[in-house]
Amino acid sequence: MNIYGIMAIYKFEMARTKRTLVQSIVAPVITTSLYFIVFGAAIGSRIDQVSGISYGAFIVPGLIMLNLLTHSISNASFGIYFPKFVGTVYEMLSAPVSTLEVVLGYVGAAASKAVILGIIILITASFFIDLQIAHPIMMMVFILLTAVSFSLFGFILGIWADNFEKLSVVPMLVVTPLVFLGGSFYSTDMLPEPWQTVSHFNPVLYLVSGLRWSFYEISEVSVMLSLTSILVFMFACLGVVYYLFKTGYKLRS
Amino acid sequence: MNSDEKPILRIKGLNKFYSGGFQALKDINLEIEKGEIVALLGPNGAGKTTLISVVCGIVNPSSGTVSVDGYDIIKDFRKTRSIIGLVPQELTTDSFETVFNTVSFSRGLFGKPPSAAYVEKVLRSLSLWDRKDDMIMTLSGGMKRRVLIAKALSHEPTVLFLDEPTAGVDVSLRKDMWEIVRELKAEGVTIILTTHYIEEAEEIADRVGVINNGEIILMEDKDKLMAKLGKKQLILDLRDQLSALPEKLADYELDLSENGMQLVYTFNTQGDRTGITSLMDDLKLAGIAFRDLNTTQSSLEEIFVNLVEESS
Repeated sequence: MNIYGIMAIYKFEMARTKRTLVQSIVAPVITTSLYFIVFGAAIGSRIDQVSGISYGAFIVPGLIMLNLLTHSISNASFGIYFPKFVGTVYEMLSAPVSTLEVVLGYVGAAASKAVILGIIILITASFFIDLQIAHPIMMMVFILLTAVSFSLFGFILGIWADNFEKLSVVPMLVVTPLVFLGGSFYSTDMLPEPWQTVSHFNPVLYLVSGLRWSFYEISEVSVMLSLTSILVFMFACLGVVYYLFKTGYKLRS
Repeated sequence: MNSDEKPILRIKGLNKFYSGGFQALKDINLEIEKGEIVALLGPNGAGKTTLISVVCGIVNPSSGTVSVDGYDIIKDFRKTRSIIGLVPQELTTDSFETVFNTVSFSRGLFGKPPSAAYVEKVLRSLSLWDRKDDMIMTLSGGMKRRVLIAKALSHEPTVLFLDEPTAGVDVSLRKDMWEIVRELKAEGVTIILTTHYIEEAEEIADRVGVINNGEIILMEDKDKLMAKLGKKQLILDLRDQLSALPEKLADYELDLSENGMQLVYTFNTQGDRTGITSLMDDLKLAGIAFRDLNTTQSSLEEIFVNLVEESS
């Protein structure tokens, strides 16, 4: 295995974060703080408890999931799209690195950044609410699996995209609405039928539910179902990535 | 494998069809020996870059086999790619990276452990050491070209592909590049370069290949090629003006200059006879005297143009 190759890609991608620190870390932290001020303090103070916990605390897993999903996708998609855009991808294609090694480098870096961001948001949240985490290990499992899975998804997006619009259209028009409609900021019990049933077709609901269970032991679907769905999604993405590299789709002519 | 006697690069029956049916490479067969400098000449779209891209792993071959140092480029891609360095035609660089970091990145990507000392050696040899901490976006085009060469050399390759290395580079930098290529050859590196500049092939190549329409129409030792295909011309500066060529000289391949003061005789150096002696005799008989004479040999450029025109 080309360990030096994996490390080179990983370090290169992590160095990009350092160069864009404001965009990568500071902006999400400020946005999250605003969510807590608006939803937690202003609106949340007028909402009674949701599923037995304060509204401010209820939205923490949803906020973490929102950031994990959007940043995993954007980090990984930009990471592979930019070399394609400027032409430096020739170097990776001509290097002695396998598909797995390329994925480990790019997806590993994107997932690392997303996990670091998730932890920073968790710390930020602790300044606004009294944070309780019932199952910290399971919380990390959910955070890691989500970051890796959606970094893989972002990687696929980056290979597929041949312009900047395609790169942003999926996160903006698909992922963000799914997160908002996936019970990040409310319990689906609060929805009337048929929307409550429709919500169960939203895959993000299972992620938010699982992560929320690790915090407060409350969930809308079973924890095993949440874990299974994220694992299925991760392996599906791995399969697609393998196929893309095997066929050279949009990389090798 | 890995034997000194075997060619470092062997291509057999290589074809490349792009989606849509366009055939970029047609049954390419080629062998390149260790330590050679081979120049591939060809007009735009001839297939030079596609050929290089297949060997380097950027483009998938449609059929045929390619081996580098005895290893197959598909089955043993790790081995072949780790000994190949590629300097692409386009100035594609990570604009926001520093020179040192981008060269170190390339070294790692190609599976070599970090070595600040080796990166320093490469950067110094390319006169880039003073700019090691500068972002690539601040460099001139020529310096960026050097950075690409440094990246290609960062993992100590034994085969180096240079895809039009001096395109858009000024004369002085071009000569520097040629010097670098000679130094690499002295270190035992095999160099395959594509170029539009015939003088470049003439200056540094051991062998010259000509590609046109995806086919290698010629691969020949440069000196032999020039001797074999090179036409010579004998130029005679006349003492007195001639208004027309005398009938007696009609059998010779002679051209009279517009001002009637120069006769140009074209002959083949490979022919049984050059015809110079009989021409001199016939000139004397015709009463044509000359003040001076000199000979010129056709350049590689003329040879190249003639070959491409013939194959088209």
